[in-house]
Amino acid sequence: MFDAFANALAFGVLGLDPSSHAGAAVQFFIMDVAKIFVLLFVVIYAMGLLRALVAPERVREFVRGRPDWQARGLAVSLGAVTPFCSCSSVPLFIGFVEAGIPLGVTFSFLIASPMINEVAAVILVGILGWKLAALYVVAGLVVAWFGGIVMQRFRPERWVEDYVWQIQVGKADLPKPDTTFAGRHHYALAEVREIVGRIWTWVLIGIGVGALFHGFVPAGWVSENLGGDSWYTVPAAVVLGIPLYSNATGVIPVAEAMLGKGVAVGTTLALMMSVAALSLPEMLILRKVIQWQALALLAAVLAVAFTLVGWGFNAIV
Amino acid sequence: MKQIKVLGSGCRNCEITANVIAQAAKDAGVEVEIEKVTDIAAIMAYGVMSTPGVVVDDKVVHAGGIPGPDQVRAWVRE
Repeated sequence: MFDAFANALAFGVLGLDPSSHAGAAVQFFIMDVAKIFVLLFVVIYAMGLLRALVAPERVREFVRGRPDWQARGLAVSLGAVTPFCSCSSVPLFIGFVEAGIPLGVTFSFLIASPMINEVAAVILVGILGWKLAALYVVAGLVVAWFGGIVMQRFRPERWVEDYVWQIQVGKADLPKPDTTFAGRHHYALAEVREIVGRIWTWVLIGIGVGALFHGFVPAGWVSENLGGDSWYTVPAAVVLGIPLYSNATGVIPVAEAMLGKGVAVGTTLALMMSVAALSLPEMLILRKVIQWQALALLAAVLAVAFTLVGWGFNAIV
Repeated sequence: MKQIKVLGSGCRNCEITANVIAQAAKDAGVEVEIEKVTDIAAIMAYGVMSTPGVVVDDKVVHAGGIPGPDQVRAWVRE
């Protein structure tokens, strides 16, 4: 359906040649814009209707006071199903610390949260198919789980800013959500507006990069250089992804274009994770609560983890 | 006079929330005092982790995201 629509618009209305570079790029762009934005609206609305989006205040109550493995399991899975804005990272971090939740568990949550969310997962299934979606989600959960454990080993408590330990968190008596259908509908619409308003630029940039790659990068060059035979493509993809930032949904069209041209699966997954999870803006926000040593360590742990994931998948697939 | 506080560390949504409340108060002809609370310790003291949050007369009435117009009208009127 989207394919036919994009063909009609790119080749019919705009009169581009399907075999030209520009034609291929424009067709890709139109198709992905239509497909991804329709999926975004539908998925976020449906999640809002179900009120499946868990508030950070409640996450803290779920996780606190549990044995380590339970707390980590909850932190990783709640991080995966909650699309928090990175501006909530600081209050979340402080709230977790104040609740006595171990820092390693908090890091597991902070790793999982930007990398995986249910909206991106559904779009992954829609664009890349359920197999790759499952690979990405499982690999992300594993990295978040072990990443937090490794961080704990380095005793990151010593790097937490002093004022964080002093903060007392009050108990908010938040009003009960309106659970009538009208209330849910309003809430869902507000969620769509808020989340799409926050991420649409990332998604458009992602689709633009994907379209350029799809239209202009020759497949022969890709299979020769990025086909997965040489060991250094994975770490190179990870390093490339560190300064680049997009949201988890925005990297999907880039991955789609890369896989379409024959870039190895592991290399693509490593780049996706690195772009989504490791970002300078997020680090600068977290710098308010923790010193740069801990952030450098986090970046290093994640870079190693993503490289291992990439190599692993390139070896298997 | 009603005291309304907008909790948030200066993100764009917090600005919008403060403006929406100010506008609603003006429309209703109610005088309110709006204060923006940006200090993270003060925000957390209210138990709010998802910003923007809204506090009316020292009671948290909202957290996370820009509030809906109906909600805002109810706060300035009641």
